[in-house]
Amino acid sequence: MHVLLNGESRQFDDINTVAELVERLGLAGKRIAVEHNETIVPRSRHAETELSDNDRVEIVHAIGGG
Amino acid sequence: MTDMQRMDVPLTVAGRTFSSRLLVGTGKYRDFDEARAAIEESGADVVTVAVRRSNLGQDPDAPNLLDVISPSRYTILPNTAGCFNARDAVRTCQLARELLDGHNLVKLEVLGDQKTLYPNVMETLSAARTLIDDGFDVMVYTSDDPIVAQELESMGASAIMPLGSLIGSGQGLLNPDTLALILEHARVPVLVDAGIGTASDAALAMELGCDGVLLNSAIAHAKQPVLMARAMKRAVEAGRDAYLAERMPRRQEARASSPTRGLITE
Repeated sequence: MHVLLNGESRQFDDINTVAELVERLGLAGKRIAVEHNETIVPRSRHAETELSDNDRVEIVHAIGGG
Repeated sequence: MTDMQRMDVPLTVAGRTFSSRLLVGTGKYRDFDEARAAIEESGADVVTVAVRRSNLGQDPDAPNLLDVISPSRYTILPNTAGCFNARDAVRTCQLARELLDGHNLVKLEVLGDQKTLYPNVMETLSAARTLIDDGFDVMVYTSDDPIVAQELESMGASAIMPLGSLIGSGQGLLNPDTLALILEHARVPVLVDAGIGTASDAALAMELGCDGVLLNSAIAHAKQPVLMARAMKRAVEAGRDAYLAERMPRRQEARASSPTRGLITE
């Protein structure tokens, strides 16, 4: 499946949900937030949120800032 | 001193009470250790963070800022730094709320351009309204315009945060008179956010009657950040005390402090 992930075009095989994508990226259990086609996906719904070809996904975390 | 301390009330923003009136950022430090040490020394309860895309190519086990600056110890205040329109700022706040398990206190800043990082007031007002309607408690970085401050307050902003001078400039408070105008009418906390360069700038903001000071570069870019963090803590406390103590009037003429009688020259 083709996903626009954090602004970059990426190809993933055997992935159907946000939870599987997060797992594949090694981010399961990390303090992140996910947006799917500009809608927030609460952590509790990662597993049930299905991805489609050409979806846009943003994964963010907190960094130093003022 | 205990009795005098009782005269003051703690800083309260959107129903949350904080023991320190100094709020600090987490950016620009050499490393997490320096950030942690400086923030601890500052005594701040409220600590700002930025929200950015995760570096997906990098080691997912690298330490995370929120492992170092724990949300269980500090009130994390996510900002919308780097957003130049209302829509991006609103999205960033929504991501931050998810990131922080529903925590809804945010620092809104919508910038006008890269050169000045001056707030875009129109976009700021628009984003503030959307966020407040969506249940956020919004502390708003804005220009030092008393009319804008009143507008933000009437729409339900939790705190007004006018700039002292440009972000990261360290120029201090360029227009204390307009800050005083904002303070005269404000019924929500007013915090100077941006421009503080050294301890006397923070003290001046507090002496004017500001409810708090938010700064980052003044500590992080000092040669000795931990020492400057302590200086800022003391400056904010000293400025607050001076404000509460109500300073003596300014006079044009001299007035002797020592008795003018009984001199050996009489």
